[in-house]
Amino acid sequence: MRKKIILQTKQISKYFYQPVKFKALDDISFEVFDSEFITMIGKSGSGKSTLLYILSTMDTDYEGELIIGGEKITGQKSDNLAAIRNKNIGFVFQFHYLLPEFSCLKNVMIPALKLGKLSPQEIEEQAYQKLTLLGIKDQALKPASKLSGGQQQRVAIARALINQPKIIMCDEPTGNLDSKNTSIVLETFHQLSQELGQTIIAVTHDNDFAEASNRIIEMADGKLINTI
Amino acid sequence: MKLNVNSEIALTHLLTRKKQTIIASLGVTVGIGIFIFMISMVVGFNRYSDEALFKTESHIRIYQDDTLSRPLIPKTKLGNTTIIINPKIANLSNTLLNPKKIIADLKKNENIVTVTPQVSVSLFYNNGISQINGVASGVNIIDANEMFNIQSTMLAGDIRNLLSTSNGILIGVGIAEKLNIKLYDNINITSSIGVVKMMKVEGIFKTSNSNIDLTKSYINLAISQQLMKESSSYLTDILVNIKDPNKAPEFSKQLKNLTIYKVEDWQAANEQSMSNKKTRQVMLGSISLAILLVAAFGIYNIINMTIKEKLNDIAILKATGFSGKDVINIFLKESLIMGIIGTSFGLLLASGLIKFISGIYIGGDREYFPIGFESSIFIIGGILGILITLGAGYIPAIGAAKIDPIEIFRK
Repeated sequence: MRKKIILQTKQISKYFYQPVKFKALDDISFEVFDSEFITMIGKSGSGKSTLLYILSTMDTDYEGELIIGGEKITGQKSDNLAAIRNKNIGFVFQFHYLLPEFSCLKNVMIPALKLGKLSPQEIEEQAYQKLTLLGIKDQALKPASKLSGGQQQRVAIARALINQPKIIMCDEPTGNLDSKNTSIVLETFHQLSQELGQTIIAVTHDNDFAEASNRIIEMADGKLINTI
Repeated sequence: MKLNVNSEIALTHLLTRKKQTIIASLGVTVGIGIFIFMISMVVGFNRYSDEALFKTESHIRIYQDDTLSRPLIPKTKLGNTTIIINPKIANLSNTLLNPKKIIADLKKNENIVTVTPQVSVSLFYNNGISQINGVASGVNIIDANEMFNIQSTMLAGDIRNLLSTSNGILIGVGIAEKLNIKLYDNINITSSIGVVKMMKVEGIFKTSNSNIDLTKSYINLAISQQLMKESSSYLTDILVNIKDPNKAPEFSKQLKNLTIYKVEDWQAANEQSMSNKKTRQVMLGSISLAILLVAAFGIYNIINMTIKEKLNDIAILKATGFSGKDVINIFLKESLIMGIIGTSFGLLLASGLIKFISGIYIGGDREYFPIGFESSIFIIGGILGILITLGAGYIPAIGAAKIDPIEIFRK
């Protein structure tokens, strides 16, 4: 059975100009299929995070072409890109990045409130569902700043899931977590890709984490060197 | 109405930083409060000085101006000799012709409140050997009272006595003091053309202008005509009051087309006090605007600080699908809320200040400080307060909208 392509890059290159002109990404072309759990590895400075930011649509300063879900992303206006991110892409960052003044529940709800497809009551229900899935339902009403790092990371994952995006992108999702929390996150990702059919693209340093994924993309000096 | 997500974020920001919110709003409160208070003071004082002016002057005065004699030969072509003669005042009399027609025409105009004829007579007030020169207004006292509210300035006597006493006179308090004359005493007057009459003092008035108190008197129209040895059709001025005194210049322009006589509005007749008034307005207006600007900087500062502290949050919001417009929207809402809170308390503060200061006794004929509640100033102040805070929030909000989330995440 041919798998459906969900994300595709065509010859993406990127330069940094500070402090000197430097080619950060060199002619990157690859495809990501539906319901895949992909990890990108490489030494620091290899360009994997830079690539992830381009895939995330937040970085628009590159050459080449990015296609997500059959739609050409390259060249779209920033307001459109924001809407695309809101609907199709969920993010999990290394340093959890929650809004500290809001409760965990509100943090999870905010992207869905922005999307505005469901009523606030339905969104709240869904947010509880996601928090339950990640085992932190009991923390829902606490302010985000009162949680431990592992708990905050799980809230961030719940937030990434709330709009049921096609793709979830993670930048070092387990970088700050102990082994227990790491295995919880890994389990969750497997569950998401296998049971809910969501695509996961994660940048990681953690080889154990990478080996647990479906496919590993290895980068060095801005080039793809190995796809397993 | 259900709060949308932007408003919710804005409100949460404000509520979690209550202290800053209150301080920024207080800045607006003081700014708007003082602004409205100062402008009210200007308007109140202007109104007071206008009112004082209108006790002796009408909004518009129509009179026969002195015309100069023209050269015998009109100016000819260039190069030709022109005969130069000394110009002389040419009019034989300063009476208005057919004044009844003019008055009747004026009375038809709906913008006109009162019209009253007047004869001005320059004269001397005599008592024994003391003598003061001055001006008597020959008027129909009921009309004149309607225009100048003379009764309210009376210290003694009653203006209605002029109706029953044909040779009655109302004199300023300065004349009475200087000539040592009391109510119902007799006073001798000598007109400029030498007619002498014995008058009976039926009232003494005191205006806010001591110069007027020392020269002015009111007499019956008929007596003034006799003093000038003229017939009963002799009139020197027609005084007109209109509904809105501020429109007098435009109105006098209209009247100029209707009559050959000089039409003078009170603004033109009092250029000095008009320029004083303008100076006052500009001075206090700029001071209060400066205070408003300082308040605006307060808002700008707080919003700017919030944005600097919330770079992470802004990056997150943008990553999760909030556009630049949403970010601007959030911070504009924050400054709007602070603006509304600050402005509403500013309106209260201004009311309090006005109430307080209007109770201060200053003496004189006004007695209390001339200041009042002007709804239009409150409305302008309110709108201005909200606009300025919106502007102060907008500038940093644009900066926030331009924040590149990647730069934040890379750190």
